[in-house]
Amino acid sequence: MDRSQDWNWNSGKRIIAEFGKWEEAFDWVEEPYVSPDGDKIAAVVKTGEMEFSVCVNGSAWENTFDKVWYVRFAPDGRLTAIVSDTGAWTLAIDGNAWEETFDYIWDTRFTPDGQTIVCNAQQGMQYLLVKNGAPWGEATFANIGHTAVSPDGSRLAAVVQTEDFNEGDIFKFQEGCYTVAINGHAWERNFVNAWETSFSANNQHVATEVRLSLYDYTIAVDGKIWSATYPSVWKPVFNPRDTTVTAPVKSAGAWILACDGRPLWTNKYAQLWHHMYSPDGDKIAAIAAPKFGRWTMAVDDQPWSVTFGDFVSEAVFSPDGQRLACIGVDHKKHRIVVDGKPWSGDYDLAWQPVFSPDGQHVAARVEKDGLFSVVVDDQPLKESYRRCWDPVFSPDNQHLLVRALEGQGADTVYTRTVLPLSEILG
Amino acid sequence: MNDATAVETKQIYDKGIEEGAARLTPEKIKQVYQQMMSAEAGARLKTYVQNCVSCGLCSEACHFYLSYDRDPRFSPAGKVRQTMAELMKKKGAVSVEFMKKTSEIASTECNLCKRCAQYCPFGLDVAFVMLFVRRLCHKLGISPQYIQDTAHSHSVTGNQMWVKEDEWVDSLQWQEEEAQEEIENLRIPVEKEGAEIFYSVIGPEPKFRAQLIYQAAVIFNAAGLNWTMPATPGWDNSDMAMYTGDNEIMARIKRMHFETAMRLKVKRVVMGECGHAFRSIYDVGNRALGWRMPPVEVSHSIEFFYELLRDDKIKIAEKYKPTVTIHDPCNVVRGRGLHDMLRYVVHAICENVVEMHPNREHNYCCSAGGGVINCGPPWKMKRVNGNKVKAQQLFAAKSRGAETCVAPCHNCHGGLEDIIHHNEIGMDLKFLGDIIYEVMEKPERV
Repeated sequence: MDRSQDWNWNSGKRIIAEFGKWEEAFDWVEEPYVSPDGDKIAAVVKTGEMEFSVCVNGSAWENTFDKVWYVRFAPDGRLTAIVSDTGAWTLAIDGNAWEETFDYIWDTRFTPDGQTIVCNAQQGMQYLLVKNGAPWGEATFANIGHTAVSPDGSRLAAVVQTEDFNEGDIFKFQEGCYTVAINGHAWERNFVNAWETSFSANNQHVATEVRLSLYDYTIAVDGKIWSATYPSVWKPVFNPRDTTVTAPVKSAGAWILACDGRPLWTNKYAQLWHHMYSPDGDKIAAIAAPKFGRWTMAVDDQPWSVTFGDFVSEAVFSPDGQRLACIGVDHKKHRIVVDGKPWSGDYDLAWQPVFSPDGQHVAARVEKDGLFSVVVDDQPLKESYRRCWDPVFSPDNQHLLVRALEGQGADTVYTRTVLPLSEILG
Repeated sequence: MNDATAVETKQIYDKGIEEGAARLTPEKIKQVYQQMMSAEAGARLKTYVQNCVSCGLCSEACHFYLSYDRDPRFSPAGKVRQTMAELMKKKGAVSVEFMKKTSEIASTECNLCKRCAQYCPFGLDVAFVMLFVRRLCHKLGISPQYIQDTAHSHSVTGNQMWVKEDEWVDSLQWQEEEAQEEIENLRIPVEKEGAEIFYSVIGPEPKFRAQLIYQAAVIFNAAGLNWTMPATPGWDNSDMAMYTGDNEIMARIKRMHFETAMRLKVKRVVMGECGHAFRSIYDVGNRALGWRMPPVEVSHSIEFFYELLRDDKIKIAEKYKPTVTIHDPCNVVRGRGLHDMLRYVVHAICENVVEMHPNREHNYCCSAGGGVINCGPPWKMKRVNGNKVKAQQLFAAKSRGAETCVAPCHNCHGGLEDIIHHNEIGMDLKFLGDIIYEVMEKPERV
């Protein structure tokens, strides 16, 4: 859920926190995280001998812990951190720990509205998922991984180990000891392996890449496998408009996109992965290598003409599905690429491009020579920062929120700046 | 050479080979062989197998041949003749017994060290052929048990030691706490996006050699570097699937490794002291995915330590006193040419260095590499006895005063440790990180 309409979009810069002063107040200050609306900055701090907390805008949580890590803001602005108190682990939200504790928890995940928070957990060497502080049911497993959360948070999926085997028992392993569990209920069928998992847009269906033997890979949907098998597959994705499933599959030495077990795309690629649907489900894009060592995006099986030698990553469709942006890297130089056209600037690093709600503008966080900035429609901001975070467009497409650390040493401040796009683009 | 000759050898029981072979038939072998020849064998394989003129130059390059009384069965050309050449001659129409022996030769009698290729007048690469044979054995389900188990671990956990996700992060946090006893406020930054360096290690480090993570943390902190380690699978750079011929799992775990680096937005991956992992992320695994070179810059620890010492990022309080000798790991020396940087580092941290001969790119393999040590206990003595030449080198270095052998590679450590122990050589074995940690100036707090 996009809450940005409730944020302050008045133009201007505000100093939110004198971050550089925190090191005078605390013996230990870790790297900071900022809230989606830019109003908060937080970092793990040491408050005493083996005593840690999280400092938010200059004030530490009252509760302290033996250990704090994985500080993350939820999409709704709540601040989470994994914490330990005398060896019992749980999640703290805005300083308050879940009542339930575990022998270990990790991998915090959120639904888009931030209302559902999920962690992997281990208790007594058995594994489970935890949703909003409560176990996902009675079931626990010998191992867990590849967690997925349905869009509405009602269903949790993970790859689980359902059969015990001793290390070295290779033939037992090859009989299949892993499957997918949904809300703690494992599919009836086991697989040699199961990996990345996707939910359908209606939250009802689950698809997973599986290995049936050491040699045969396919896609399992709600526990039932495609009729075709392949020498390898990558993560399946549901079409947001229906329940058809697509996945990159290897066939005759090359990669193609398949749908429900049948070839969908006709071009063959040296590599094909991270395929994604446009929000309306009209288009499919994927990171592709049309030939060995050259990378680009393919949209509906048509590769862009521009290619990159190092890699292509972090593709994103515009909200209306009409445009596509990604990062292309050649000789370590990162460029933003929009609709097949690289921007003029090259950078040491670039982050995932961000579209304005109307899809007309693109912005991205970049780093060059140790300084961060934001580039909008190929125009860099005049200012550069010690560090900044992903820019956010206002709901009316007129402004850009920039969250940044400015200054040096003890004079470092965290600022929240709203810039009119007209000012940036002239 | 007929099948009977090929299978004549001492009997070593390996559950993976024996029980796998029990499920095989000659028809299945022929079918899989023909599929592989049709789909995966190009001109390169045929060139390497069919152009050998039996000159014997490769034999003198092989530690197995030299150590087993120059028995031609252990010569590189002999290994090809007993396996791939015979398969090609018979178009895959071989017996199950033949394939058992073929698996044994390819997986336990060749370290894929490529020393022989260096001396072949035609540049024929026996390691390439043996890897093809191992892949055939993988497809037939007759890989040795222990290394197959390791490949299974890679497929499930992304690491080679069945380390679960919580165990990994817990190990890092444990090492951080341990190190804080020595250096106040020392940190092992986990999941720090935008750090310059992703420090990647191999599965045995959290499992058996956690002190290496501790030592690396001390070095990173003392040098004031911006570094991180991931909390997710992808932290392990090792790759035994590459050595069983399970190229699909190899590709999967390499993708995991590099996409972890991309997600963390690091500038480069610095990997611990491991040779085969370097081969996998710098050469074989990345290319299996379509990357001509590693998509994110990769540095082996030798290069990293070289930079730190060259640029005075760390200072040596007092050099290591015992006389050391240097073992050159094949994958980073013949595979990458790091031998001079290795010597720069060793001379910068040690008072006295004596060389083993031959050395640098002409070194003898440790006999553990190429996945041979990962074939486990059944094959240990065959491996140790197959490297008497390394034992002789170590004895010779010891006679010139060497008390410690420096080996910047995990598998070399395992192999050399067994050789030193079995031959009662009486020599310490250390990683570069062990010595750097011991002799460097350490801050009391960071």
